Amino acid sequence: MRRLLLIAVPYLWLLALFLVPFIIVLKISLSDIALAIPPYTPTLDFAAGWAGIKAFFAGLDFENFIWLTEDDLYWKAYLSSLTIALISTVLTLMIGYPIAYGMARAPGEWRPTLMMLIILPFWTSFLIRVYSWMGILSQEGFLNQFLLWTGIINEPLIILNTKIAVYIGIVYTYLPFMILPIYAALDRLDESLIEAAEDLGCSRLSAFWLITVPLSKNGIAAGCFLVFIPALGEFVIPSLLGGSGTLMIGKVLWEEFFSNRDWPVASAVAIVLLLLLVIPIVLFQRNQQKQAEAEQ
Amino acid sequence: MNRLSWFNTVSLTLGFAFLYIPMLILVIYSFNASKLVTVWAGFSTRWYGELLHNEAFLDAAWVTLKVAVFSSSIATVLGTMAAYVLVRGNRFLGRTLFSGMIYAPLVMPEVITGLSLLLLFIGIGLDRGVLTIVLAHTTFSMCYVSVVVSSRLVTFDRSLEEAALDLGCSPAQAFRLVTLPIIAPAVISGWLLAFTLSLDDLVIASFTAGPSSTTLPIKIFSAVRLGVSPEINALSTVMIAIVAVGVIAASLVSKRSLVRQQKDEQEAARAQ
Repeated sequence: MRRLLLIAVPYLWLLALFLVPFIIVLKISLSDIALAIPPYTPTLDFAAGWAGIKAFFAGLDFENFIWLTEDDLYWKAYLSSLTIALISTVLTLMIGYPIAYGMARAPGEWRPTLMMLIILPFWTSFLIRVYSWMGILSQEGFLNQFLLWTGIINEPLIILNTKIAVYIGIVYTYLPFMILPIYAALDRLDESLIEAAEDLGCSRLSAFWLITVPLSKNGIAAGCFLVFIPALGEFVIPSLLGGSGTLMIGKVLWEEFFSNRDWPVASAVAIVLLLLLVIPIVLFQRNQQKQAEAEQ
Repeated sequence: MNRLSWFNTVSLTLGFAFLYIPMLILVIYSFNASKLVTVWAGFSTRWYGELLHNEAFLDAAWVTLKVAVFSSSIATVLGTMAAYVLVRGNRFLGRTLFSGMIYAPLVMPEVITGLSLLLLFIGIGLDRGVLTIVLAHTTFSMCYVSVVVSSRLVTFDRSLEEAALDLGCSPAQAFRLVTLPIIAPAVISGWLLAFTLSLDDLVIASFTAGPSSTTLPIKIFSAVRLGVSPEINALSTVMIAIVAVGVIAASLVSKRSLVRQQKDEQEAARAQ
């Protein structure tokens, strides 16, 4: 009895507040928009019983999804979210790998402190960390002041409200997610393998490419997924640092819902975003499983 | 071990500079006397004073704190239960669905979680307010708690629990007297994680908050959209300071308890 209660409480909580809401999104994405409160005509009527379910299947249409394919705003938003997420993942990897490598090579007594310095930003507010870049990147911001002062540029650069600012924001906020799994992989790496490679005539660089990189590839993969997946649906960074030209699907969904009040289309946008995420999530899961097996 | 090569030194220095300089600038310029954020006009604590008199921010901070305390506490209980069921429980009907529902919210984009919960609350006619934010935050943070707690449960020696049961403990007593003290550090860090996630959340709170229950992130976001302001810098500095003190204190406490535990173990070994 007690065991049943132990299972039932979290189970029912998640069913009611995770699965059911999700089914509602699916349902509304298949409904028609209406000028009412709530602003859609429900397509599925559970109260009507079997007849209601039959009517639901008869009246089922993919109007909202077809609408998504016809208006090129959505296409462009999906495509540009994918490219922004992809490019910023690569940038995060390029910046994060040397840091993780340096941490793994640092003297043992430094490492707990270095670890804490990586984790500390993770505990500070995400919103504040994104906000801190607004003052740096704006036209009269600190970066432009600095570059003008050193004489590298003569006119202030326009960075805020462009895609470049979005890349900087994503790299900055998700860098710890990239560093930690790579550091974990490099920390486990047996250094005698690299010495052996060098003894056998490898240059340092080729030992790095032939030994270190392949042995840390699970960490690299984990880090890339941990950056790519949240970056794809990102809302705060493009709306604070990006301009009106930076289309990202999280922002489109937000505006569709709050500004246009078109709930069915917002729900359809959500469903397509999830479909895009399924592939990277499944790959990530498989990578984690492989890693767990390798450790055993 | 070896000294750092110049390459590693450079990459670590640049890396940490990149991570910390933006926040450092924010903190320094929160003491700026000028209303223009990017022009230094002398030291002043003026913006902190104005912050103290800004009723809207104080109200929002109070709502945020209430939501965070309630949601993280409920999430810790539910998440620990879920972790226990997942790690210790035998097969039961719908186990795969259950573990799927634990992991899915971790990767779900916030906009979708927020949207779906809002549609649920409207569907069942629940007025949006503090209660709905608490429900929403509990739901996603219990999944984080359960991941943290189950990673501790996996590594702990089950024979301790079995010994307690053999010696006449009821399962509930065995949990309270043996299991809970051992997993306590994970439960506490789960609570802390849930608490900060709730303090931090903008997107899900925006969907589930009513007009009378604005949280601090919602307030900050709407202020920041109009541009940089010295008052927000001061507020950010206060928040950064609280987190820094909290994290450093927590790591010192856990380090000390680790040292004490090692000492106890050594003494126990010597006594044998």
